Amino acid sequence: MKKTMYEKIWDSHLVVEVPGQAPLIYVDRHLMHEVTSPQAFEGLRVAKRKVRNPHSILATMDHCVPTKNRHLPIADPIAKKQIETMADNCKSNGLNLYDMKSPNNGVIHVVVPEHGFVHPGMVVVCGDSHTATHGAFGALAFGIGTSEVEHVMATQTLPQQKSKTMLVQIDGELSKYASAKDIALAITGKIGTAGGTGHVIEYAGEAITKLSMEGRMTLCNMAIEAGARAGLVAPDQKTYDYLKGREFTPAGENWDKALAYWQGLVSDEGAQYDTIVTLNADEIEPQVTWGTSPEQVAGVTSVIPAPEDFEDEIKSEACANALNYMGLTANTKITDIAVDLIFIGSCTNGRIEDFRVAAEVTKGTKVAEGVTAIAVPGSYHVKEQAEQEGLDKIFIEAGWEWRDPGCSMCLAMNGDELTVGQRSASTSNRNFEGRQGKGGRTHLVSPAMAAAAAAAGHFVDIRNL
Amino acid sequence: MEPYKKHESIAALMKRSNVDTDQIIPKQFLKRVERTGFGKHLFHDWRFNDDGSDNANFELNKAEFAGAKILVVGDNFGCGSSREHAPWAIADYGFNTIVSTSYADIFYNNCFKNSILPLKVDKQKLHDLMAEVADNAGVRFVVDLENQQLITPAGNGFTFEIDTFRKDNLLQGLDDIGLSLLQSDKIAEYEAKHKQTYPWLWS
Repeated sequence: MKKTMYEKIWDSHLVVEVPGQAPLIYVDRHLMHEVTSPQAFEGLRVAKRKVRNPHSILATMDHCVPTKNRHLPIADPIAKKQIETMADNCKSNGLNLYDMKSPNNGVIHVVVPEHGFVHPGMVVVCGDSHTATHGAFGALAFGIGTSEVEHVMATQTLPQQKSKTMLVQIDGELSKYASAKDIALAITGKIGTAGGTGHVIEYAGEAITKLSMEGRMTLCNMAIEAGARAGLVAPDQKTYDYLKGREFTPAGENWDKALAYWQGLVSDEGAQYDTIVTLNADEIEPQVTWGTSPEQVAGVTSVIPAPEDFEDEIKSEACANALNYMGLTANTKITDIAVDLIFIGSCTNGRIEDFRVAAEVTKGTKVAEGVTAIAVPGSYHVKEQAEQEGLDKIFIEAGWEWRDPGCSMCLAMNGDELTVGQRSASTSNRNFEGRQGKGGRTHLVSPAMAAAAAAAGHFVDIRNL
Repeated sequence: MEPYKKHESIAALMKRSNVDTDQIIPKQFLKRVERTGFGKHLFHDWRFNDDGSDNANFELNKAEFAGAKILVVGDNFGCGSSREHAPWAIADYGFNTIVSTSYADIFYNNCFKNSILPLKVDKQKLHDLMAEVADNAGVRFVVDLENQQLITPAGNGFTFEIDTFRKDNLLQGLDDIGLSLLQSDKIAEYEAKHKQTYPWLWS
């Protein structure tokens, strides 16, 4: 039988199927951060259970960590306790933790690929919905709840129901400055935030093959925003070149064995998918979200829709609510929306390529009057690389803040946040009400679009710069 | 985990769709290291005014919904992050049943780990149930998991589908981990084979 990549990974990780129970799936890699793990460790302790395979775990601190004045103690006592709890839990269980002071520290989904910890064909979990990122390597990677974190620690397995498969085929060529982020937002706009529910998405086509590994990570990262727990891209030469020589990547004889295995993971010609969605990359403009859900998105040359533009009663009402929350008027041009704060960073767009393109747009500009712009590298390695290339100077000379790594304003747990009514252009992944601070208004965009908005003080079509 | 028992309870109504986990439990409450005490923060940003007083316009603050265990809500409930703090807050507030057309996958799984029954109904049925709650303040529904029945005074009840494994776990309050550990031999067998086939994962 012809199989999709998802089915191949599923079949090779099936431990046992007990009649009347959900199939038990083996987990190769378990990623951790400080927010969703403490209660799982507590559960293990109470039940007197041990971590079955400590080597399968890589942990970092990212959600609550300050992005400036890192040498000072964390001011928020509850955040401080969470950070300390993470350190204690990792130490007592013998886990590899890149703590706040480690040169390897950063956002979990940025750090993990840097060290070659995820390979094609693996099953990867983390108490974090953006685990989908690692599908860029052809790994089945998905977010889980804290009870499941505990389950994986204790058993190295998870009871799982098999997902449906969705092929998102994107042919054609992206225009200059349209990016993986714009593809991800365009897909969410097309199928909605529940469009991928119950599915694992496989992204394929000319436009996907041409994406860099960083671009593929951005794309898969946002599979969850389209409702899919996981996104996959078939591994190819770019994947192997990226992985080769990294800390946890196999070497020598094992490299050859691994490579042969990875090459066999690609979906069989003629394999069947439950759902197929197609987009043409030529038609994907730089995207800007205008509402409070990632599906409320439009191309930069559009105007903000009106509630009556939606036939569906619920979508129409959601549009009215979103415009009210966002303080926007229907039919306003996207390029007429003025912004107060720019954030470049997060597990979606906090990688070196993101800062390169943003710096290219920023070079020789100044941050517009009244606008605050912050650049938060996804990891210390990204920061170091950017500084070696002189990108930090470009941002600083333009009036940007150049910070230490962390999740920062993506979810605003660490004190970096919008105030009531403040409007951001953000390279993160969610524009939910209050996501970046109570009453804050978020517009999701690509790094190039964010950088251009910083200089102009409003959105601009970067293709015209 | 608490076993899920047959009960009759007030049904509360939230006519909102795509309610995300950031709304269910905003991020400022995710710093705690305990599983308990999240109920008082459920829907915080909608539920409370800036001065901390109750927002009288928020659905769940209506007197008729006090003590409700059943939440009737619009499509795609629980989308967004994987935070289990969302079902922890829902359960701690007092809900043990949600009725909607659809849920985000991770949230749906998380419910079953916390004695919450997330029921799926079609659009028409949800519409009828919403109308019944809206027109009958304080209406009480019966949820009978064993017989897979939801019963309402106006006859909008229905038989619901649920995975038998999940149903049994809810009814008995079973710990999933204990169940998986019964397969320890199979897991060890798998690992031995896995090590041989994929040696690079273990070196």
